[in-house]
Amino acid sequence: MAVDTSRPLDPAAGAKGARGRIRNAGTPPRSRIRNALARHWYAWAMVAPVVIVIGLIIGYPLGRGLYLSLTDANEANVERTIGVNHIPATYKNVGLDNFKAILDDQVFWDRLGWTVTWTVCCVALTFSIGLGLAVLLNRRFAGRTLYRSLLILPWAVPAFVSVFAWRLLYNEKNGILNKVLEGGGIDAVPWLNDPTMAKASVIAVNIWLGVPFMLVALLGGLQSIPGELYEAAEMDGASPWQRFRHITLPGLRSVSSTVILLSTIWTFNMFPVIFLLTRGGPGDATEILVTYAYRLSFVNSPRDFAGASAWGVLILLILMLFAVVYRRSLRKQGEVW
Amino acid sequence: MRRGIAATALVAAMALAATACGGDDGGSGGDKKSGGKLSGTVTYWDTSNEAEKGTYKELALGFEKKHPDVKVNYVNVPFGEALAKFKNAAGSGGSGAPDVLRTEVAWTQDLANIGYLAPLDGTPALADQSDYLPKALAGAKFKGKTYAVPQVIDTLGLFYNKKMLKDAGVQPPKDWTELKAAAKKIKQKTGKTGLYLRGDDAYWYLPFIYGEGGDLLDTGAKKVTIDDEPGIKAFAAARDLVTSKAAETDATDGWDNMQNAIKNGDVAMTINGPWAIEDTLAGKAFKDKSNLGVVPVPAGSKGQGAPQGGQNLTVYAGSKNLDASYAFAQYMSSAEVQAKTTEKLSLLPTRTSVYSNKSVAANPNVKFFKAAVDKAVERPWIPEGNSLFQAILVQFPNVLTGKTSPEKAAKSAGDAYRKLLKGDWK
Repeated sequence: MAVDTSRPLDPAAGAKGARGRIRNAGTPPRSRIRNALARHWYAWAMVAPVVIVIGLIIGYPLGRGLYLSLTDANEANVERTIGVNHIPATYKNVGLDNFKAILDDQVFWDRLGWTVTWTVCCVALTFSIGLGLAVLLNRRFAGRTLYRSLLILPWAVPAFVSVFAWRLLYNEKNGILNKVLEGGGIDAVPWLNDPTMAKASVIAVNIWLGVPFMLVALLGGLQSIPGELYEAAEMDGASPWQRFRHITLPGLRSVSSTVILLSTIWTFNMFPVIFLLTRGGPGDATEILVTYAYRLSFVNSPRDFAGASAWGVLILLILMLFAVVYRRSLRKQGEVW
Repeated sequence: MRRGIAATALVAAMALAATACGGDDGGSGGDKKSGGKLSGTVTYWDTSNEAEKGTYKELALGFEKKHPDVKVNYVNVPFGEALAKFKNAAGSGGSGAPDVLRTEVAWTQDLANIGYLAPLDGTPALADQSDYLPKALAGAKFKGKTYAVPQVIDTLGLFYNKKMLKDAGVQPPKDWTELKAAAKKIKQKTGKTGLYLRGDDAYWYLPFIYGEGGDLLDTGAKKVTIDDEPGIKAFAAARDLVTSKAAETDATDGWDNMQNAIKNGDVAMTINGPWAIEDTLAGKAFKDKSNLGVVPVPAGSKGQGAPQGGQNLTVYAGSKNLDASYAFAQYMSSAEVQAKTTEKLSLLPTRTSVYSNKSVAANPNVKFFKAAVDKAVERPWIPEGNSLFQAILVQFPNVLTGKTSPEKAAKSAGDAYRKLLKGDWK
């Protein structure tokens, strides 16, 4: 911000640059940088803390992870300090061996398949339900504020608390859901004990957790669509469905493209729901890529840092690839994002 | 890094100073033989369960009475989280790591391998080594050194509701076939399920594979054996119990569901260890405590076998107060403390001398479990010992409910072991 505003305040420098191109041709670029630094030093100084903090908390772990993924580091051969003892690192570089091993392994492809299914199901359903509720709540009716606040409630509860609550509901022997069904004379449903049911159950919980976010974002988007458009369409005799298709959906596009991208990335890496609800079980039916990476680095002994980092790098690559493709397809539709 | 060197130098200097004045009248806490007084704080992470932790806290604080200058900082860490929590604390330079940790036997080698544990040979902690049961001590060793003091030893047994079995007119079953027949009668007479079999914990698979004469690994020959014939048969035997409805199971919350089921009298039998006795007796089905019966885990086709488990006390290598920590580990596994845990919680002592104690000898559960422990199968004492359960855990729930074949389950577990075990394993 500071850099931008300072430019028009300095007409002399701007004019010199515009007119005196030939005169300044011999000036080495370095002095220009120095000039810029001298003039905008305060801007750099203000940006510096952020750059340093981001470098420390994101850049360093990222770089460290990339490096570890190319080694055979595990808990027993990394550098560690135990009291007064210092044990030096003895792991070595193994190149791309970790990645080769992962991609050769059926485990990765099985997990990837389910992770993609899980992400697509969750995002599609969360978005549709969120959109439906947002359209409903965008009308004027008595008690609208109350409904809105109630629907945001799942968001107000910490995720792990709601997941534990769901786990109690789902319990096959003593859970409330099955008690209710039993009252209706229906056999107990093995919510988390049958692979297919467990998959449906974790998706349901994630949708329950994700809808409020969609609802709030889309409601905001809906309110920014001018009412005149609807009035004009109504005058022209457009049906409610036509109004929804040709006014609401295009009007929401910028909001919905962002929330879909965000929610895809969040769902793809949604560790707490899967881990706290089923621990990836029964068997490994509901295990997604991140919970498997967690297993490698925190559950198995000795902890496999290299393998888990390689999984992390692959997950990052998949998400980056997705974001790039998604952005490009939006741009093709004329969306500037 | 420089600060690290400085700290090392400082500690070394202090240690030197401590040894130097050890010859004096024991003014410093650094000397252990001249009767120098122990002082400072000992942080103890206990992993005992809800029903046990009150007793353990009281016992741990009892150390303060013997050594008034030592403050015991008792922390109860849930069993399931303790290993990861300890590793996180110990690995990051030791801030927040306890001085003494109660470790499951299979964690001992894992932690010793990484270098987090102080060897205890020759320290006061292991002063009377000869008193310990040889099997318990074997689980405390790694590469020729002893890294732990055995605190309790245990194995699995078959818990049963005496009244329900009597109502159904059956005897406690001796093998899985008898159990199936008994469960059928129990269903007919009382409408309840015979056995609750935990499907979400791999430990409960072990009696099946030992009963078929197999094991997870052959550590001598460095060979993975879970996918051999006995391993497959073990999965099949366990599955048969569930698919024939002799047993019920869950893939999540197994512990809570199992304990609720037996405590409320919804099932007649469970497979469990001494650590569950106190909790089970709290249930309404056992208002009359003598209603709980315990017999050996039913046998498979090749005989009876249950895993040897237990808890050890280990001292963190980075402890700032090693001498007090050694003394504390010794105290917590002393004959006196072990007699009390047996009296109050029916846990099994690891010291031979405690078994001659009157109250211990009279405890029927101890009488039974001691015999069972003597026959229990030792688990592979290797650093990966604890991780071996992961692969079984992935297969077990689906085998039990008939979604995976026993052959496939055993093969997948074997493949996972070969991936996990580094080196020349076959």
